[in-house]
Amino acid sequence: MVSSMSSEKKESWKSRYGVILAVMGSAVGLGNFLRFPGQAAQNGGGLFMIPYLVAFLIVGIPLAWSEWALGRYGGKLGHNSAPGIFSSVLKSSKGSYLGMLGTVMPLLIYTYYVILEALCLYFAWSFLNGAIPKLGANSEKITGFVVESLGMAADGAMFTGQQTTMLVIILFCFIINFALIYRGLSAGIEKFCAWAMPLLVLCAFIVLFRVLTLPANPAHPEQNIVNGLGFLWNPIQGDNTIWDTLSRPGVWLAATGQIFFSLSLGFGLILTYASYLKPDDDVCLSSLTSAAGNGFCEVVLGGMIAIPAAFIFLGPVFLSDPGNIGTFSLGFMTLPNVFNQMPAGAFFGFLFFFLLFLAAVTSSLSMLQPSIALLEEGLGLNRKRSVALLGAISLIGTGFITYYSKGLTALDTVDFWMANFFIFIFATVQTLIFGWVIGPKKGYAELSAGAEIPVPRKIMIMIRYVSPAYLLVIFALWCKEELPGRLAQIKVTEEGPTVALLSLTFIVGVMILFSIVIAKANKRWASEEKEEPS
Amino acid sequence: MTTAGWMVMGFAVLGMSSLLGWCVYKVVNTPGSSEHLHSPSDIDPEDD
Repeated sequence: MVSSMSSEKKESWKSRYGVILAVMGSAVGLGNFLRFPGQAAQNGGGLFMIPYLVAFLIVGIPLAWSEWALGRYGGKLGHNSAPGIFSSVLKSSKGSYLGMLGTVMPLLIYTYYVILEALCLYFAWSFLNGAIPKLGANSEKITGFVVESLGMAADGAMFTGQQTTMLVIILFCFIINFALIYRGLSAGIEKFCAWAMPLLVLCAFIVLFRVLTLPANPAHPEQNIVNGLGFLWNPIQGDNTIWDTLSRPGVWLAATGQIFFSLSLGFGLILTYASYLKPDDDVCLSSLTSAAGNGFCEVVLGGMIAIPAAFIFLGPVFLSDPGNIGTFSLGFMTLPNVFNQMPAGAFFGFLFFFLLFLAAVTSSLSMLQPSIALLEEGLGLNRKRSVALLGAISLIGTGFITYYSKGLTALDTVDFWMANFFIFIFATVQTLIFGWVIGPKKGYAELSAGAEIPVPRKIMIMIRYVSPAYLLVIFALWCKEELPGRLAQIKVTEEGPTVALLSLTFIVGVMILFSIVIAKANKRWASEEKEEPS
Repeated sequence: MTTAGWMVMGFAVLGMSSLLGWCVYKVVNTPGSSEHLHSPSDIDPEDD
């Protein structure tokens, strides 16, 4: 099934470096600078690198290669969206509904990610205008600032007229994202990533240099940079033996999750990005370069900034509390405290949150493209209309999450189901389709087409057997650990439905909406196929 | 920081940097690799 889209002039990347930087930009986000160090510190320090490396080889590379190759193959069949690609590859319109997750997931993740993106910009601005530096090293005041910024005290708090700046910044981020998406793949996303990624890395190196040259804490001389690095990288910590750490399933789960989320695998983003490649463009070296760039930002930059700096000013006891080094708390509560105590902290705080903002924009942009691709190729909408329609849908979503802000429950619920639960399912489906539907022979030929590095033959064994089995085991363990608590939140109390239930209803609503879009798209593709001369 | 800590950090940092360096070297030095991609404006409308 080849859509007539293939015969029309369609979008594509302008340069090899552009696509690599765009995929790298999609992968490099808050997780590299905030999630990785927290996960490593909580899960064995230096020993965390063993399961991290295993996950990189067993899940990261095979999944990245299969997603890139599947996307380019879909592009050859004339499709850029996951529903279109799946319907063509599976030769059934039912397949398109399976691909729905590849558009709904990134869109729903965008609805809350843009709020965090705005928060990064708000923090960068607040460091510059002195609002955060004047809070000093007072943890309570900093926490209060975060609670107030996001209206976490009560639902609807953001709309009481006291948080106008934050709302304006959210709107500003919305406009930036949609303006860039409107400009298109090459003139918008590619161009932006081409300067944003180097700038981001430059900012990170400046902050890293500052952290590595920090003097020891005068009150506690043992709190110095060398011991700070040791807190994160020492493989044996406390009384734990190597075996104690590596025998904990949670450590493997955390490392796989980190690789998985950090490389933007299983979201449908790479699938769409790769569909704009030409049939003989390399996918193996490009995806490996993007993964390596992401790993560099994570391990070299992310691993040496947040935790060592926090160690110097806040000490090992503070960092031993997992509540202080979770992604959100490390970024928006612990680190502002650190920058407030650092010489020239206002400047470095600004620089750090500005780099987080850039990382967030390059990621959020990629979350919109899959839905744009579906609206354009499925409904035949032009860029202006598809951007307007998607803008309206995502604005409703962001409005919902911004309104139900108490304790960030709505944000947390959408994040759980989209960026944790469904992502595993979609990644497994993608791998199975590439390994079993396209098959080992054709799959290997697809991977090898245009490849600029040797592709090991055994990669198809990994894609067919090892990666899906590993994913399913990790998913089962994760479900056992996380699902019961989450399901218990979905209920109707005397006060009415819980926010978790409302959030899930919202997710289902978006899925129904996209099912309707896909049904219309299927009709369009079927009629195009009839018109296509055989 | 223990000796093992220095070694793990060294391996991790050097490993990731080397992998990225090698990839970038391959991308830059593969003849014609950057010309594989074309934007719509670069495509020659040969049937015009």
